[in-house]
Amino acid sequence: MMALDLSRVAAVVRKELRDYRRKRSIVVGMLILPAIFLIEPVLFVFLGAPDPVGDPSYRAPLLLLLLIPVITPSTLAAYSVAGEREQGTLEPLLTTPIRQLEFILGKAAAVMIPSLGLSYLVFGVYLLVVRLFANPVVAAGIFNEGPMLLALFLFTPLLTGWAIVVGLAVSVRAGEIRVAQQLGMIASLPPLGVVVLMVVGVIAPTFTAALVFAALLLAVDILALRGISGLFDRERLVTGSKASRS
Amino acid sequence: MTTEQPALVVDHLTKRFGDRTAFSDVSFEVAQGEVFGFLGPNGAGKTTTVRTLGTLIAPTSGTATVAGIPLTSANGVEIRQRISVMPESPGLYLRLTVTENLEFFAGLYGVREAGSRISEALEAVNLSKRAGDLCGGLSKGLRQRVGLARALLSDPVIMFLDEPTSGLDPVAAREVHDLINVLRQKGVTIFLTTHRLDEAERLCDRVAILNTTLRTVGRPSELRQQLFTNALVVKTIGPLHDPAGLFTATPGVLGWRSDDAGAYVLSVADPRVAAPEVARALVGVGADILSISEAQHSLEDVYLELVDEDVEARKR
Repeated sequence: MMALDLSRVAAVVRKELRDYRRKRSIVVGMLILPAIFLIEPVLFVFLGAPDPVGDPSYRAPLLLLLLIPVITPSTLAAYSVAGEREQGTLEPLLTTPIRQLEFILGKAAAVMIPSLGLSYLVFGVYLLVVRLFANPVVAAGIFNEGPMLLALFLFTPLLTGWAIVVGLAVSVRAGEIRVAQQLGMIASLPPLGVVVLMVVGVIAPTFTAALVFAALLLAVDILALRGISGLFDRERLVTGSKASRS
Repeated sequence: MTTEQPALVVDHLTKRFGDRTAFSDVSFEVAQGEVFGFLGPNGAGKTTTVRTLGTLIAPTSGTATVAGIPLTSANGVEIRQRISVMPESPGLYLRLTVTENLEFFAGLYGVREAGSRISEALEAVNLSKRAGDLCGGLSKGLRQRVGLARALLSDPVIMFLDEPTSGLDPVAAREVHDLINVLRQKGVTIFLTTHRLDEAERLCDRVAILNTTLRTVGRPSELRQQLFTNALVVKTIGPLHDPAGLFTATPGVLGWRSDDAGAYVLSVADPRVAAPEVARALVGVGADILSISEAQHSLEDVYLELVDEDVEARKR
């Protein structure tokens, strides 16, 4: 097992966060989408049916909130390698002692931190708005959706992880940042199917279901991470083709 | 790595991408503290060689030892810890400041006391005053200097510099040359890829000329001797009446050609023997001698001779 140097991972994270902060399109993109996805759930709180208990339509806004941990990291992750390549910074970076796993973890953590922070922040703002301003009957209906809230809490980092892995894989292969971001976003959506099925009631939204699907998502994330590590071979990153030695 | 050990040993190294051969059967050694020039036309395989020795890509066959460590994928981290590579384009993060760029790379190399190392590196490339500037606002020459500062950060045993003066104005290029000389004095081995033959001639202890295969390796003066016969350049005021009769009868002269009116290039076995004989012969026929000098061939002549040979061979 290779030794992992966390200081190198931290160096990548620090650099990435500095770089994101100074790229206005990234900051604006990160803030606008969550703001949009927050509007509908908040409106629903004030305009929804008066007797929400057992009404599955009250779960729909939660689906919108779960788009945030999918879309926000997918655009950032897709930028991470394609952006380095486009700036001409990838080769100097790969000539340093950084290991493949440190590189992937650094890139992934730099996307995970703001995405997760933002997702939970929006989630918290939504619940706070419900608690403080919603009709008590509506608020009770929403807080009664315990399994859905648990799913929201557990699925958020797991969907973020999935979107990051997919985004990084697309980023390695894509020639352009914009193409990488579009493909990354589309490829990140399938796991949301589980949430859709829970919202429409095909899968009964129970605590057990939330835990089982969270465990499944975790397993998928780990497998996907292992699956993409081969793409981060230095030769493949620099020349676009896999190393061969006779 | 012991002091006697070469910094770089390359033995029958080959890299192919499918059917395309980037470079083939390349062998050479670079001593510690040597400035080694790596020359060749576009597409000759220079950058691929640097990438291979820098552990970015794996060779198809052959072996190499870099900074005393065998070139294998398992040794990649250890090798990269001891070398630094400056690609042709410095590849800086343009939205980060000069210091932030260097901090990032110091972190990747695990440089201790990074702050003072960064200050030293910036001082070495004369950029201390621009430490807080965003790299996106720097000129190409200044970015190149930041790239050099980055290459200095880890105190490398070997520095691979790929076209370090590409696109620089003469003053900036001279500063890079001065820095290379300082590094040479410190005992750093420098592997310099360049198109600028005057630069290679001035800076390099030895040069290699690559054109997919290695065409030659040696000191510039040795290469000139290997490739070109000795010659004397004779200049007279006005053309000679019978140069053929005069030069063929002169001892030590093997052949001659006229370059211009009153200018002749004589092939000679030994210029020190032939020059007095030629002078005597010219005086004997009453010629007004302007000068008799040994013909000087530049590294560029060597380079063009070898590359032209390859072009001719491909035509056949």
